[in-house]
Amino acid sequence: MADARSPADRPLSPHLQIYKPMLTMMMSIVHRATGAALYFGSLLLAWWLIAAAAGPDYFEFVNGLAGTLIGKIVLFGYTWTLIHHMLGGVRHFIWDTGKGFELPTIEFMARASLVASLGLTAIVWAVGLWCTGAP
Amino acid sequence: MVELALPKNSKLTEGKTWNKPKAKGDWREFRVYRWSPDDGKNPHVDSYHINLDECGPMVLDALIKIKAEIDPTLTFRRSCREGICGSCAMNVDGTNTLACTRGMDEIKGTVKIYPLPHQPVVKDLVPDLTNFYAQHRSIQPWLQTETTEPPKEWKQSREDREKLDGLYECIMCACCSTSCPSYWWNSDRYLGPAVLLQAYRWVIDSRDEATGERLDNLEDPFRLYRCHTIMNCSKACPKGLNPAKAIAELKKKMVERRY
Repeated sequence: MADARSPADRPLSPHLQIYKPMLTMMMSIVHRATGAALYFGSLLLAWWLIAAAAGPDYFEFVNGLAGTLIGKIVLFGYTWTLIHHMLGGVRHFIWDTGKGFELPTIEFMARASLVASLGLTAIVWAVGLWCTGAP
Repeated sequence: MVELALPKNSKLTEGKTWNKPKAKGDWREFRVYRWSPDDGKNPHVDSYHINLDECGPMVLDALIKIKAEIDPTLTFRRSCREGICGSCAMNVDGTNTLACTRGMDEIKGTVKIYPLPHQPVVKDLVPDLTNFYAQHRSIQPWLQTETTEPPKEWKQSREDREKLDGLYECIMCACCSTSCPSYWWNSDRYLGPAVLLQAYRWVIDSRDEATGERLDNLEDPFRLYRCHTIMNCSKACPKGLNPAKAIAELKKKMVERRY
């Protein structure tokens, strides 16, 4: 054992590189990512409100930016991020009561919140576009 | 701390192919993580081919066959071969499990075998679990009492005994803890699912009288609360236990005792 590497030199076994990506694990990562993205979204919202307070010209400018294609894509992403993170929060709230830990339930809740977040985003945008009369 | 990439000395390289499939038979490729402390090389992934017609049904059977017939240097822990000792815990086909209870018919195509994730490697499939055991010791996994010892034994009602079901069966194989990303990033301070399940097992034992101290010990931003309900633990447990639920119950206890 004279030549054996000391414990400090031991390699670290692979982790993320080899672990099977599973929906539940991905949903956890996405929950974290959407949470981080919401900071950015809140800044956008604050910017829009500040613009409204700053006067009609500046508000018109910011509103115009939001109305561009890129602006709409960002807003659409923000909507989904918000709804997805909220539904993730609901999932965590259920778990905090000690319920919903059976493996099939975990799987169902992951799928359901993903489908629901996409569906609700689509509904919010459909209603929004319909109300504003935009195409 | 979150480090997504492997350290330099841990990066995987392509290893060697020990044998090729011969003639007919149900041949299956095994890609196995190898690292030796003696040759100064980085870890590598070696290929072996096994005729499943001449091999037992479990992944452990294949590993034993490889060691016996192809490569005697392949190193792994195993003992009971029936899922009760926890020695052969490893990452098979991307998830942590016991090699002795994972049937090869459950795996499609090439069988990929790595040591338990994010642990220091002693050799090949043998991880160094010193930290894991030290954490287990830290929650004092034994009965603690203050009242006078009864003449014969500490009694428990059937109902109270039932509360230990789903907890006492844990064999401390470390499959769950080493499947947990939170444990990967913070194993120096977060106790991990296996140890927390054990902590809960003693917290709800009706005979134990150190419940308050046990919960005090967990009142920490890391030890308990690094659990983010990712659920890898409950999906990995080869005994079908539910560490995530045990942790949730612990979190509930922490809140309940404040009111």
